[in-house]
Amino acid sequence: MLKLAIDPKKIEKARNYAHSIASSGKWLFDRYSSVAIERTVVRLMGIDGANEEGEPYPNMIVDHLKQRNALERGVAYWIANAMIAYGITSQEVADKVVDGSLTLTEVKAQEPDTVLLVLADLTSKMLRHIKSQRSYREEAFKRFGPRRKPAIYVIVATGNIYEDVVQAKAAAREGADIIAVIRSTAQSLLDYVPYGATTEGFGGTFATQENFRIMRKALDEVSEDLGRYISLTNYASGLCMPEIAVMGAIERLDVMLNDAMYGILFRDINPKRTLLDQYFSRMINAYAGIEIQTGEDNYLTTSDAIEKAYTVTASQLINEQFALMSGIKPEKMGLGHAFEINPDIENCFLYELAHAMLTKTIFPEAPVKYMPPTKFASGNIFKTYLMNGMFNFIGQLTGQGVQLLGMLTEAVHTPHLVDRSLAIENANYVFGSIHDLANEINLDENGFINQRANHVLDEATSFLEKVADMGLFEAMAHGEFADIKRTENGGKGLDGVFLKSPDYVNPFMDRLRQELNLS
Amino acid sequence: MSVKFDASNIGPYGDTLNDGRIQVSFAMPVPCDERGKEAAKQLLKQMGLDEIEICGMRNLTEGFTHFIAYVTTHATIDLNKIEVKVVETPSMDMDEIDDYITQNIGRPLVVIGACIESDAHTVGIDAIMNMKGYNHHFGLERYRNFRAINMGAQVSCEDLLKKAREENADAILVSQVVTQKNIHIQNLTKLIELAEAEGLRDKILFICGGPRLSHELAIELGYDAGFGTGTYANDVGSFVAVTIAERKVGK
Repeated sequence: MLKLAIDPKKIEKARNYAHSIASSGKWLFDRYSSVAIERTVVRLMGIDGANEEGEPYPNMIVDHLKQRNALERGVAYWIANAMIAYGITSQEVADKVVDGSLTLTEVKAQEPDTVLLVLADLTSKMLRHIKSQRSYREEAFKRFGPRRKPAIYVIVATGNIYEDVVQAKAAAREGADIIAVIRSTAQSLLDYVPYGATTEGFGGTFATQENFRIMRKALDEVSEDLGRYISLTNYASGLCMPEIAVMGAIERLDVMLNDAMYGILFRDINPKRTLLDQYFSRMINAYAGIEIQTGEDNYLTTSDAIEKAYTVTASQLINEQFALMSGIKPEKMGLGHAFEINPDIENCFLYELAHAMLTKTIFPEAPVKYMPPTKFASGNIFKTYLMNGMFNFIGQLTGQGVQLLGMLTEAVHTPHLVDRSLAIENANYVFGSIHDLANEINLDENGFINQRANHVLDEATSFLEKVADMGLFEAMAHGEFADIKRTENGGKGLDGVFLKSPDYVNPFMDRLRQELNLS
Repeated sequence: MSVKFDASNIGPYGDTLNDGRIQVSFAMPVPCDERGKEAAKQLLKQMGLDEIEICGMRNLTEGFTHFIAYVTTHATIDLNKIEVKVVETPSMDMDEIDDYITQNIGRPLVVIGACIESDAHTVGIDAIMNMKGYNHHFGLERYRNFRAINMGAQVSCEDLLKKAREENADAILVSQVVTQKNIHIQNLTKLIELAEAEGLRDKILFICGGPRLSHELAIELGYDAGFGTGTYANDVGSFVAVTIAERKVGK
């Protein structure tokens, strides 16, 4: 049986440091909120829409309150108060705010108890819907059987959601289990979620509620046809993490890229903003039964994959602790990892195997998301195809949860229909041919792979110890992560972070905390 | 039958000179059957290809089929008439470049790198700029005589030029990886137009790089040089050092 010889106490030690790092952020979650969180509340109250210029209602309402210095109380209170005062729905309140006929702060204050009752009602209504989507998914997996391991994950990225549908269906029929609709370039830096269906995106389509709906419907149809539930994934990252999470929860996305620190390090989004937004977005994902995935592959594409292997382990452990704080269960944590070692290095495969096994050993329940070679994919499609085969070999051998298939045309273009099909054929062949090989292999306890895995864990542990000592914000400011310096008050989106007033209400967060048994 | 090599008449080589054999792989929205196969053959025929052998045919579902074919082309080219624009400065290694700058320029050069506008893919710019470099070629940050500033991803053209002005940059390196719908052309054009408007175009070397960029395309877009796949920091560093030294002499 393929297994690493690692002392569980060593893993526990590293995990404890990560725990202390993540829990040091709790003051932020208790005292602050963000414009993205408030826009999410607007959506959770059942409000949707955009004006002719494409400005979404959730942004307009949050801005309306911000301009009147009233956001500190939370958007929920103001909307509920107006609903009672005029006896209208939340959507009608939004319509009136948008057409300028209603100023929320000028509405007469209603009985506090009545306001709370209305909010409790709206909360129950929305959570019922999200729960029903969760039940649908769980039922479907019961009916059709669980997802295979590793699951086959492919991307579609035509820039036209209707074209994406054709490609996604074809991929599903050929064996894909998870379809990722790549987002239009640079959406992560938009401080709003675009509205409606995308037909002309760059490098992908926008994550919009309408696009989610269109793709989920198509995949439901093909799931029924195939007798296999096809999962849909998108990206709750950037400046709108919780909004995208809630759109996904409403439209039944199944997987969501949702990293705690990615936006800070790789998109220069303000640390406080990102941590706040990931906290609420992950609570929503937890409640919706959505599997989150994290972006550790990025540490390896920007730095050397051998030298910096420990940063992946460290980030996985921190991501795990933040996820636990939001109520995500280990079996829903698709921690990230990647096959990015220079193929010219002798024994590169042994290094990859050691790293992949280390991840699996530290997180035995997690559906680890294993990312393919990209950095050394050269345009020599034949070589890349072979590298993808080696990558698939490790994915199956070490039992990774999700195999994000490499494309032979990586570094050439966004995948063509044929590229994706060949990738699936490659994975199916490799997965099938070595299906039970792991049961037949034992590693030398003092051999290279065991030594390497232990070494990476040791490096990760000393790194986490140092970060725990410095504090997370300090460590980021010093460039401890990925050699990128991010200061607590730098980066994009800081102006969207605010201190909550004593009478602040967010009924959804309160209810989710209860339902998820969070402290 | 053996053919004698003739540089003015060269075709693809399969296993015999000028046999013209090439491999082709493509998908069509046709059924995966004899009719589909015939459609693929006729398409290849229309392209002027001969001895068409569809050796692989795979059903891609949803009405699509993948064809893999070996075919013969009769097209040939005259190698003597081929002219390409390539970066002509010699490529030195890191120490040679550092020494060269000391001797010929006498001060460190400031290089600013960025992925501009919507592009979020820093693999290329990191490989050239970051200390570690790529594939055992150190990045410009490691050079004694380069002050390398990597602004990272999604930097607006305006911010890049502002930084270049502040830092008194000698060269700007722009990486463009995303090329869907030719967005890289739009981005690169925008930068060069802004630089011209701000009067910076002739004060700074403008260099672009990426998997779909060539020196020829770069020149066409108004850049000083362009580098494609397989470029290392020392290739770019050599070009910057030599070009600036030559300009200095020119002045």
